[in-house]
Amino acid sequence: MTTAAHSVVEPSPRSKAIAGTLVILYAVISMIPLVWIGMTALKTPSDAIAYPPKIIFTPSMAGFCDLFTTQSRQTEDYIKTLPPPTDTCDEITRSRGLVTAGPSNFLPRFFNSFIIAFGSTFLAVALGTLAAYGFSRFKVPMADDLLFFILSTRMMPPIAVAIPIYLMYRELGLSDTHLGMILLYTAVNVSLAVWLMKGFIDEIPREYEEAAMIDGYTRLQAFRKVVLPQAATGIAATAIFCLIFAWNEYAFAVLLTSGSAQTAPPFIPIIIGEGGQDWPAVAAGTTLFLIPIVVFTVLLRKHLLRGITFGAVRK
Amino acid sequence: MADLGVPNLADRLAAATPETIAKPIRGLSDRALAWLFIAPSIVLLLAINIFPLIWTIYLSFTNYRANRPNAPIKGVGIDNYVSILTDADVWQPMQATAHFVLWTILIETVLGFGLAFLIDRKFRGHGLWTTIILIPMMLSPAVVGNFWKFIYQPQTGLFNYLIGMLTGQSASSFEMIGSVRLAPWSIIIVDVWMWTPYVVLICLAGLRSIPDYIYEAAEVDRASKWRQFWTITLPMALPFIMLAVLFRGIENFKMFDMVNLLTSGGPGSTTEVASITLKREAFESWRTGYSSAFAIILFVTVFGLANIYVKALNQVKSR
Repeated sequence: MTTAAHSVVEPSPRSKAIAGTLVILYAVISMIPLVWIGMTALKTPSDAIAYPPKIIFTPSMAGFCDLFTTQSRQTEDYIKTLPPPTDTCDEITRSRGLVTAGPSNFLPRFFNSFIIAFGSTFLAVALGTLAAYGFSRFKVPMADDLLFFILSTRMMPPIAVAIPIYLMYRELGLSDTHLGMILLYTAVNVSLAVWLMKGFIDEIPREYEEAAMIDGYTRLQAFRKVVLPQAATGIAATAIFCLIFAWNEYAFAVLLTSGSAQTAPPFIPIIIGEGGQDWPAVAAGTTLFLIPIVVFTVLLRKHLLRGITFGAVRK
Repeated sequence: MADLGVPNLADRLAAATPETIAKPIRGLSDRALAWLFIAPSIVLLLAINIFPLIWTIYLSFTNYRANRPNAPIKGVGIDNYVSILTDADVWQPMQATAHFVLWTILIETVLGFGLAFLIDRKFRGHGLWTTIILIPMMLSPAVVGNFWKFIYQPQTGLFNYLIGMLTGQSASSFEMIGSVRLAPWSIIIVDVWMWTPYVVLICLAGLRSIPDYIYEAAEVDRASKWRQFWTITLPMALPFIMLAVLFRGIENFKMFDMVNLLTSGGPGSTTEVASITLKREAFESWRTGYSSAFAIILFVTVFGLANIYVKALNQVKSR
């Protein structure tokens, strides 16, 4: 990105100003839906569906309360007989004529997303780094064909392989289990991990390991003590990409999980309240779900291009 | 992060084994080591990608139904394929997919390249604004797509309100998801919103790969900016643009999550893209054999189109 300031190719101040205005305009418009999600999360259910849409409103925790708890409707007389509310959520819920019945499934689903995303990322990066090192440093017969084969597994529509995987998992007892989802996401991510890590490892000069091996290191020691530390940034970037994929995945999750191993993406859209979808609760869940990814995106911006193109394009 | 444990384990294994056995392990030929490194990934892919694919191929020649696991499986030859390819109803999802893929690619490419071109003017703060523009593509299409359903609400949704304000129409005079005419565009708008950043990113890499001296030479030759754009910028960025089109094309041909949550294929079957049909046949009608054949047809189509396209891409690159 270092461009020497050549006067001939440097755009004129006027063209810079026009370009800047248009880009900022697009950025602002494209942020509206995300800002709207955040705002809806802080509205009461009636504010959320007000017409005209409310830009200014009194923030409420109702969405988050609905997200984390389940409620039941009770008569006012019954509510009056209850002991005073123990927390803010109780208070908000009761003011709407409802009583907190218990915790919702959101936290367990969120937790499932965590376990499955981190588990599969760890495995995919570990396997991918090993394979990438193999492809990068050894003469592997038919290496190009194998690499293409690895890439092509990503071209399959997930629904196409979902049918036999569904049957296979049913036979093996892996349906709706953490292990089953971790293995599945690892398999999907390992292709990305191999391609990305191969790019990163290719950039580490072979001379480093060769020098270490002359000093008496075995190949494996050289890999562990020389290559891995050098590839640390690449490993971190690859890990975040795998994490984001596993975190966001929906098609397999909705078809293969229904209860104990269900992740957040199939769960958030089906949060319903009284009389239909509880949009502030959905928005609250969506906000909590998106925050880690927005943070990662900002952290990753330098590697973004590589990650989303399988390393086919480098900056 | 650097120490992944796995090589560590292999190392300890080698150190712990008695000398006589250890020698051959330490002295493993490079060829054996290479396979040791690569095999785990290949085995996993074979088990969870290739084996299911072969199974799908097998099932596509049977009348198997996954909701009746005990019924005898009968081979039906190519009947499933024949009935799909001669069924007029199948052209509906194919058309919906084509409409979706072609329009999203067209809009995303034009908009994405335009934005990348503008960002490449390097105005003050372009780094920050680029990062902001890139955010939507990293988010979950399912979770965010679901929220667009709320944004599209005909009476109270933000989209209708803003469009109504801009055009002076009443916000309740049109429905995005509910109407046959607009529903296909409702999914295109969300996809464009999510994935234009992707095209921006790839095009930006293309534009930045053009060395300055080419423009300097053009300036010396007094070529107009307009001419520089058509003879230098566009041709040199073309391989990158084509790559973006390839990746978007493959992804959108498989599109499932966002559409499933936003419209579930409706109203009627106006937005029923191929993956939605596949899901309905496989997991609602439980016609496993039939849907396996449909999956194979889709896969072959994507694979075939992608291969033809890559050949064209390589030709452009080598020019």
